[in-house]
Amino acid sequence: MAVYDKRLISKLERKANLIRQHVVRMIYLAGSGHPGGSLSAVEVIVALYFHVMNIDPKKPDWPDRDRFILSKGHGCPTWYATLAEKGYIPVEELDTLRKLGSRLQGHPDMRACPGVEASTGSEGQGLSMGVGMALAARLDRKLYHVYVMIGDGELDCGQTWEAAMAASHFHVDNLTAIVDRNMLQLDGPTAHIMSVEPLADKWKAFGWHVTEINGHDFKDILRALEKSKDVKGRPNLIIAHTLKGKGVSYMEGAVSFHGKAPTKEEYEQAMEELGGKA
Amino acid sequence: MNLKDFKLESQREYWAKALVELGKKRKDIVVLSADLSSSVKTSLFAKDFPERHFNVGIAEQNMMSIAAGLAACGKTAFASTFAAFGTGRVYDQIRQSIAYPKLNVKIIATHAGITVGGDGATHQIVEDLALMRALPNMTVIVPADAPETYRAIKTVADYVGPVYVRMGRANIPTITNSKGKFKIGKATLLKDGDDVCLIGTGIMVSRCMLAAHELKKHKISARVINLSTIKPIDTKTIVKAARETGGVVTAEEHSSIVGMGSAVAMCLVENAHVPMKRVGIPDVFGQSGDSDELMEKYGLTAENIIEAAHDVLGRKGR
Repeated sequence: MAVYDKRLISKLERKANLIRQHVVRMIYLAGSGHPGGSLSAVEVIVALYFHVMNIDPKKPDWPDRDRFILSKGHGCPTWYATLAEKGYIPVEELDTLRKLGSRLQGHPDMRACPGVEASTGSEGQGLSMGVGMALAARLDRKLYHVYVMIGDGELDCGQTWEAAMAASHFHVDNLTAIVDRNMLQLDGPTAHIMSVEPLADKWKAFGWHVTEINGHDFKDILRALEKSKDVKGRPNLIIAHTLKGKGVSYMEGAVSFHGKAPTKEEYEQAMEELGGKA
Repeated sequence: MNLKDFKLESQREYWAKALVELGKKRKDIVVLSADLSSSVKTSLFAKDFPERHFNVGIAEQNMMSIAAGLAACGKTAFASTFAAFGTGRVYDQIRQSIAYPKLNVKIIATHAGITVGGDGATHQIVEDLALMRALPNMTVIVPADAPETYRAIKTVADYVGPVYVRMGRANIPTITNSKGKFKIGKATLLKDGDDVCLIGTGIMVSRCMLAAHELKKHKISARVINLSTIKPIDTKTIVKAARETGGVVTAEEHSSIVGMGSAVAMCLVENAHVPMKRVGIPDVFGQSGDSDELMEKYGLTAENIIEAAHDVLGRKGR
């Protein structure tokens, strides 16, 4: 089992905390957005961008780069904040989220923002796009890996399962999907809206290599992501068990913060909890 | 002159011929099918280039978004299925995965319109042009015959961006010649005339030619224009023809309230006020039947065009 340097883990943890502060501020300033599903996804996206993926922010179109797709496009504040911290876009630009003329659209626009690999927002399409990118790598004999984060609400979408079947059928092994399993969707708990369990068994039955992790534990995340590169002949699924709204007490596990901005008082409290400046 | 004077050829065969030739020359060309490869003829590409053909099964949504992913990595992706399943069934996938990010995906649709015949209304899409016209970044092409299909596919492969190409199932009259490069956005003049202008698209261009021939017998000189690009529309050629002839008839194998005729009407209302009549399928679903019977039933014959021309001529100069 891989052992990770304490300094690496604490660096990633600091980054994750900084990104949570960005996310809360961005959505507060925008006056709308999706804090819950942004905050649950932070650690996985930070791990990908700050340790796992082979990327160069100075060359966002480098053909050999690893790709990341945020199929649950509403979580994009976390993606934008990570891209900014990584140097793709200026950090100051984060405050333009959802404003007229901004490159940071309410849902990701691959033609607007450097580093954004796919336009998503209408749910359930990102995994299919990822299959296409992974097949392109095979045709071009390139070694890049494609990562797709899907929301657990997207497991309701038929297209997610069409993509799951196709990835397995085409023996795509340079593809890793991560389910942000925060157990909530817009209308309530996923279990009440549409039952998706037994989730691991479903993906296994579709021919995927499946790993379950704590999606807020960097050691768990790094281990799973690195192991997924070694799986041959089939695609990888990581079920990342997460907490919606993670890091802000009143947002944690709160369906109400799926898609609304904090008030001024809530914003100030959140920043205090995250150790940032309001 | 009647329909039997024309050579009947398959658009699907010409599209496949162009595709296989492109596949030989260009490694960036990939093809996607959805369990209809033998019907849409992508099976011919699959035979020669199995590694570049992906049959995703009956999963058109998946097909469109996989095509987008391939295109995002530099591939020129041709996704082919029946028009009903390549537009309405996957409108949102085309909208978000392909058109919004302006990715290089070509949607090649066969079996459009009522000439599908026996399969009936579920398979006879008559509103696909409306859906595709409405999408920003989308180019919409309806070749008039098999040779034009071949030329259009070659041009479409060189154009970077989303394109919808519509063709039918039936073998249709060959009326264009196969020379010269197909130009996106350029309507072509097939026959000159001064009294009325017949603008056709797809299979109806041949009916416009027949109608013009009949009208000539009654000393009416009809101009015939093949409007094979529905979007971007060739406003210049349409307005010029309207001004010079003073009356326009459009003809399409598509719902007449949302297709090519309405695109031409928009063009005329803003630029040249002349009498106009639209020949097309009324606001109804189709049904099973022989394709010629259906063309007659839904008012898509040369006689319907002639009638419309007389109506326009009667309103000219009022």
